[in-house]
Amino acid sequence: MAGEETTRRRKSLLRQLADSKVLLLMCAPAVIFFIVFNYAPLPGAWIAFTNFNYRDGIFGSPFVGFKNFEFLIKSGQLWTLTRNTILYNLAFIVLGNILQIAIAIMLNEIRSTFFKKISQAAMFLPFFISAVLVGVIAFNLLNYDTGALNALIKQTGGDPIKIYSTAGAWPLIIIVVHLWQSTGYGSIVYFAAIMGIDRSLYEAATVDGASAWQRIRYVTLPSLKPTFIILVLFSLGGIMHGNFGLFWNLVGNNASLFATTDIIETSVYRMVLSQNNFTTSTAVGLYQSLFGFALVMTANWIVRRINKDYALF
Amino acid sequence: MTDHINTDGIIGAGGVGMGPAKPRAVKLDRSDIVLQTISYIVITLFALFCLLPFVLILSASFSTEATIMKTGFGLLPKDFTLTAYEYIFKAPRQIVGSYIVTITMTVCGTAIGLFVISMTGYALNRKDFPFRDHISFFIYFTTLFSAGLAPTFLWIARDLGLRGSYFAVFLQLLMTPWLIILMKNFMRTVPYEIIESGKVDGAGDFRIFAQLCLPMMKPALATIGLFLALSYWNEWYLSSLYLGSTVEFKPLQYLLYNIINTANALRNSVAGSNVSITNLPSNTLKMASAIVAIGPILLLYPFIQKYFVSGITIGAVKG
Repeated sequence: MAGEETTRRRKSLLRQLADSKVLLLMCAPAVIFFIVFNYAPLPGAWIAFTNFNYRDGIFGSPFVGFKNFEFLIKSGQLWTLTRNTILYNLAFIVLGNILQIAIAIMLNEIRSTFFKKISQAAMFLPFFISAVLVGVIAFNLLNYDTGALNALIKQTGGDPIKIYSTAGAWPLIIIVVHLWQSTGYGSIVYFAAIMGIDRSLYEAATVDGASAWQRIRYVTLPSLKPTFIILVLFSLGGIMHGNFGLFWNLVGNNASLFATTDIIETSVYRMVLSQNNFTTSTAVGLYQSLFGFALVMTANWIVRRINKDYALF
Repeated sequence: MTDHINTDGIIGAGGVGMGPAKPRAVKLDRSDIVLQTISYIVITLFALFCLLPFVLILSASFSTEATIMKTGFGLLPKDFTLTAYEYIFKAPRQIVGSYIVTITMTVCGTAIGLFVISMTGYALNRKDFPFRDHISFFIYFTTLFSAGLAPTFLWIARDLGLRGSYFAVFLQLLMTPWLIILMKNFMRTVPYEIIESGKVDGAGDFRIFAQLCLPMMKPALATIGLFLALSYWNEWYLSSLYLGSTVEFKPLQYLLYNIINTANALRNSVAGSNVSITNLPSNTLKMASAIVAIGPILLLYPFIQKYFVSGITIGAVKG
């Protein structure tokens, strides 16, 4: 009985493979792509437990156990990087969502289609440019000799500020630049959600004598709640992953700012590219990947409990 | 992502911004007028805030270095000059080479990427494809767990031998899990009856895809093509890892990255010699390079913006 069952199943698997060979072939390029660029490097994470050197290769280099991690923890580096990465992301998520909702609600109040189109075009524009250009723009505004901000300060008779050596100013700058680049883009989802709200709710509210504020408070905001919760939960899942391009092009190799600006990605990039340090950087990367994986799983588990349809898997 | 998002309407309209105005009671309350006034003011201010930095760069690129050094960057060029652009195009070899590299990568990458992504998205959306869940998860898993920068770098640069090769950059940007999921979502809008009718007529799976589905997918192809083209055009990160200074012509944004970062060094070295700093248009040169690097996007922007809107809205609807 059992043997017969297996043969039948195997046969049906072969049959399935044969029946869907064209569809399988159509998926093949993508599958090969992810094998080559994403799965094949995975065993290389072993470097985190070795004293890697080029000559002996990844699996020939001496095994050192958790020494690379010990170093990271003892030096306090891991804690600083984790703290910076998480705090920046929290600020991005909280302020970003508030701003996106506010912009979406106000955009919905605009009656003129022309005005709406033009202002949306302006708000999306920062999203289209490269991180390199974002860095150029920030330098343009903030540098000591010629920056627009210092030019303004000098014109009004004040003393120019050395922003590129004032670590305390950078959390604010990075957050503002991030919001500048992503708010227009992020508001699209909320705007679409507002467009989808049942019009009769607004009409009923108006008939009941609700003011514009009350309609926002009692109709719009509650309707946006599910979108908001899901978006926030998923961003929380990615809280260990920073926006490398933004941080690197704003701060770069400016060591005087690292205390407040260094995140996991920038630190790993520096280790690999300028110090050729593969062991510590792999250890940090592995820690980030595992921690991040646990967070995504948790976020997805919570989303699933709220509403199964929204869960990723 | 939520049932509040009406995807069909958005695809049809080709953009949220173009949606119909909200029907409302004709009589406006005082609070309505206040809210609308605030909305117009805040949206205007925010739009200006988004736009101003671009004006600043543009104006600086047309200024003389001396003015910039004396009065700093401003909104309007105080003295109009094309010196910086002349400087760039005096020896155009470098910038033209970079343009050719970036345009070639963008065009080929977008075309090949679109083909592979839409083929995969089509197969993964076919309900009668028994391996769709396995392959979807196989692709999705790569977003959950990665080897990290160092092992990936060693694998691609050393084991695959792609260090110093444009292919290291070109291949890695071809597709992302997110774009495949986005395409799969778009494919849902093709009625299943169309696929059925193709089957009845005896067409193979690939022919159904290429001749029946693709022509219906123009908005999707435009949206995903836009995202692909942007990632190729704006690429500097992979170039910094895998190309460095090994190639003669760097991709455009990476060239800009180098100009920005070496212009400072250049100015410092000149400052020690007898050459006057103001003769070397480093600031205006940087700004002009930035304009040259962003130019094509600004020119195409009005035409591509609407696809961008529909793409994000559909992308937010989970697959």
